[in-house]
Amino acid sequence: MSTQSTAAPADDTLLAVEGLSVDFETPRGTIHALRDIDLTVPKGKVLGIVGESGCGKSTLAYSLIGLLAENARVASGAIRMGDHDLARLAPSAWRDLRGTRIAMIFQDPMTALNPVTTIGQQMLDIQYRDRIGRNAKRARAIEFLEQVQIPDAASKLAAYPHQLSGGMRQRVCIAMALLTQPDLLIADEPTTALDATLEMQIVALLRDLQRKFGCSVVFVSHHLGTVAELCDDVAVMYAGEVVERGTARALFHDPQHPYTQALLDCDPARIKVATRTLPTIPGTLPDLRQPPAGCAFRARCPRSWGRCERDHPPLYPGAAGQRVRCHLSDPAEDAA
Amino acid sequence: MSDAALPEPTLLARSLRVLSGNRTGAIGVVLVALIVGSALLAPWIVPYDPAAIMVGPRMAPPSADHWLGTDNIGRDIFSRVIAGGRIAMLVAAASLSAALTAGLALGLIAGLGPRWLDNLLLLVLDAVRSFPVIVFGLAVDTIIGPSLFTVVLVVTITSVPIYARIVRTQTLALKNAEFILAERAMGVGMPRLLFVHVLPNVLGPLLILASMDVPLVIATEAGLSFLGMGVRPPTPSWGVILNDGYNFIRNSPWPVIGGSVPIILVTLGFTFMGEALRDIFDPKLRKGG
Amino acid sequence: MSLLEVTDLRIRYARQGRVRAALRREPHDFEAVSGVSFRIDAGQTLGLVGESGSGKSTIARTLIGLKKPASGSIRFDGQEISAASRRDWARLRRQMSMMWQDPVGSLSPRLTVGSLVTEPLRIHGMTGDRAEAERLLGLVGLPAEYISRYPHQLSGGQARRVGVARALALDPKLLIADEPTAGLDMSVQGEVLNLLNEVQKRTGVAVLVITHNLNLVRHVTDRMAIMYLGRFVEEGPTDRIFDHSHHPYTAALLSANPEPDPDARGARVTLSGEVPSPVNRPSGCDFHPRCPWSRPECGKTVPDWVPEGDRGHRCMFPL
Repeated sequence: MSTQSTAAPADDTLLAVEGLSVDFETPRGTIHALRDIDLTVPKGKVLGIVGESGCGKSTLAYSLIGLLAENARVASGAIRMGDHDLARLAPSAWRDLRGTRIAMIFQDPMTALNPVTTIGQQMLDIQYRDRIGRNAKRARAIEFLEQVQIPDAASKLAAYPHQLSGGMRQRVCIAMALLTQPDLLIADEPTTALDATLEMQIVALLRDLQRKFGCSVVFVSHHLGTVAELCDDVAVMYAGEVVERGTARALFHDPQHPYTQALLDCDPARIKVATRTLPTIPGTLPDLRQPPAGCAFRARCPRSWGRCERDHPPLYPGAAGQRVRCHLSDPAEDAA
Repeated sequence: MSDAALPEPTLLARSLRVLSGNRTGAIGVVLVALIVGSALLAPWIVPYDPAAIMVGPRMAPPSADHWLGTDNIGRDIFSRVIAGGRIAMLVAAASLSAALTAGLALGLIAGLGPRWLDNLLLLVLDAVRSFPVIVFGLAVDTIIGPSLFTVVLVVTITSVPIYARIVRTQTLALKNAEFILAERAMGVGMPRLLFVHVLPNVLGPLLILASMDVPLVIATEAGLSFLGMGVRPPTPSWGVILNDGYNFIRNSPWPVIGGSVPIILVTLGFTFMGEALRDIFDPKLRKGG
Repeated sequence: MSLLEVTDLRIRYARQGRVRAALRREPHDFEAVSGVSFRIDAGQTLGLVGESGSGKSTIARTLIGLKKPASGSIRFDGQEISAASRRDWARLRRQMSMMWQDPVGSLSPRLTVGSLVTEPLRIHGMTGDRAEAERLLGLVGLPAEYISRYPHQLSGGQARRVGVARALALDPKLLIADEPTAGLDMSVQGEVLNLLNEVQKRTGVAVLVITHNLNLVRHVTDRMAIMYLGRFVEEGPTDRIFDHSHHPYTAALLSANPEPDPDARGARVTLSGEVPSPVNRPSGCDFHPRCPWSRPECGKTVPDWVPEGDRGHRCMFPL
């Protein structure tokens, strides 16, 4: 399927993923982890990417910042940001983009923080590009720690990462990511390792800071609750493909793809009446070494029919303005 | 990427796959097979009695009769190298199996036992480890005299701390692993906990390490024998061959070559094989994506 | 008589060596669980809810005998187990089993599924042959060909099923499930919960579910208890607590598991701050520094347990 232009005019687009496919070479064969991904990240908006494990959402996030594993290869497609194609960027060019225009926060803040260096030192180091004095950098570090609502920020500069709680560490990571004033912040499951009440705190914080700084955010999560809370647009991924994308309201109120519907049905938070039989999605993911010819969700779909086996569905326009990779949304099917 | 639904290849198939994709690993396995095979079959494949003198001319270069030439008293170097390999393998097998057994036992006791015992064992192990091997060998030699047994004893004692420490670290990590807690909660007895659940998970990395340590042991044996503190002449250890040849290196380089090339080959062979073993046994590396 | 009756349970953890503690004039240990009482009847399910550090997993480890309580009583099937002998434990462990948090990590990695599920039988001197393994796998809906697989070849959901089969092997009276859905995808969580519900209906086992996930508790438990800093803050029938929670912390937890709806944003009780350390408890009510409704009295007096019919809470100004 070719590139689809979205409704938004090109000026509003910060980043556009066009027909991106990523393969992993493994001893057991080539895994086609991402296939023909089309997405746009509008300026100043939050795009949520949801899906279950193995759907490729983290691979997509890492490809946006050029941090794919060694055995990964961009098979086709492009990631356009301004004049750059991030899918084919030289390492030297990446160093100029990362930490200036694109920043990332991770699921485990410990992986992003250096355990043997103080928070303050790390926050000074990250400003190495700025030609301002050490005291000015220190003042900025404190300012950003206050932005992420860390109490008694000045004293935390002397702390080592292990002296902070998980929630505090994630706040420090967010402060460091924002310190460079990026255009795009990529957040890969940033709240998954946190307790429920902290999770909501961090989501609320991200929401406020995104408004304040006006950056775009790509928020990767398996937790529908946090996605609904934070995101303007949502893309649902299944088995390496985007199966549905649109505004958060459209996807949560009027999901069109059977997988999106099933995923929403499975969320126990949506089941208000106590029940002893919860909905599930029977079956397993297809083998991504040989993705099925037709629809990737066919084998688990309660509504599949003959066509789903033969034709690979493109992204059809959905009822609430979203795009849906399902033949049920094909206008021709309705006419028939 | 989830690979849960895939059937897992057998150990043999996995080994073959790792080796087919890993040339150095395959070379290592072939070298090790050759060395171990020749050591096992040494009495039958040596063309001459390795200790017999004047089986040919003195200090002759390689020829059809003497593949690696002869030494200063006319012994066949090829026969001596093969017989030396047998000694080297014997020392390696004896000392490493003794060191592994003792290391396992001490490491498990330190890892699972009370804190004070752990501290005491660590103190003793670190004290032993702080002796340089050769100096320690000298000391043992002066007490019990040089012999094959001395070499095995020295190598064993100096290797135990290394293995014990590794086992202890692994055991400590396993002690709080959820599956160990799960077994304890089921009421599993200590022997079963140890032999079924702890030991198999400690053994893998230990065997890989031991494989990589074989060259070290052989070099130690050769070194001690070279210095006259190990295997006594005329028993043909590689160290003895080197020492004999060293004195006559101006007359003929062949005894030195014959004594040193096998050491290099053993080192390469076991190191390559150890790396391949790690690829085969380490499930984390195996996933690859 | 209840199957399990816990009264004023206190569990302490060492924090530093006794000598160092004496030199620093600090206590050498702290109370991770301070005075918890609850009961579970046969065939009933109790949910123990709390965030990390609340002490809920500590209670599980104590019940299963891996940790000694500092004081209090635990009566299981009429017998006091906080002082049980080694021989008593051998028998108790046949009647009580546990599902651990990490579905794959709680399975011994070098054992096949077949030996894993029959291991409890062999530990307790029964025969665990292939037929038995197949029966147990059938119980949890895994096909017999899984018998020869190893844990790392299983998906999270499959490993979880193996965990359930192991826990059921001895036909226990009490099953303790520590975060039974942790690390599982949403579509698989339902499978595991349905399995638990089905097993309970068939065998009548009593279940103690330990979790931070309120949505899970709603669908599998009869009663629930909410823990904060080692104490119960609210306890009662699950549906009634969901209908109307009395304790502010319960309310905050309920709204931290929101229904995914972009239009309902911000209508949440968002707590400020983090869970304090049990080493350094706040004065008065444990929760008052984070409570949106706290009043000056809350920092002064430790609130008592307030029983209200078949439920209760620990708040001076209940919602």
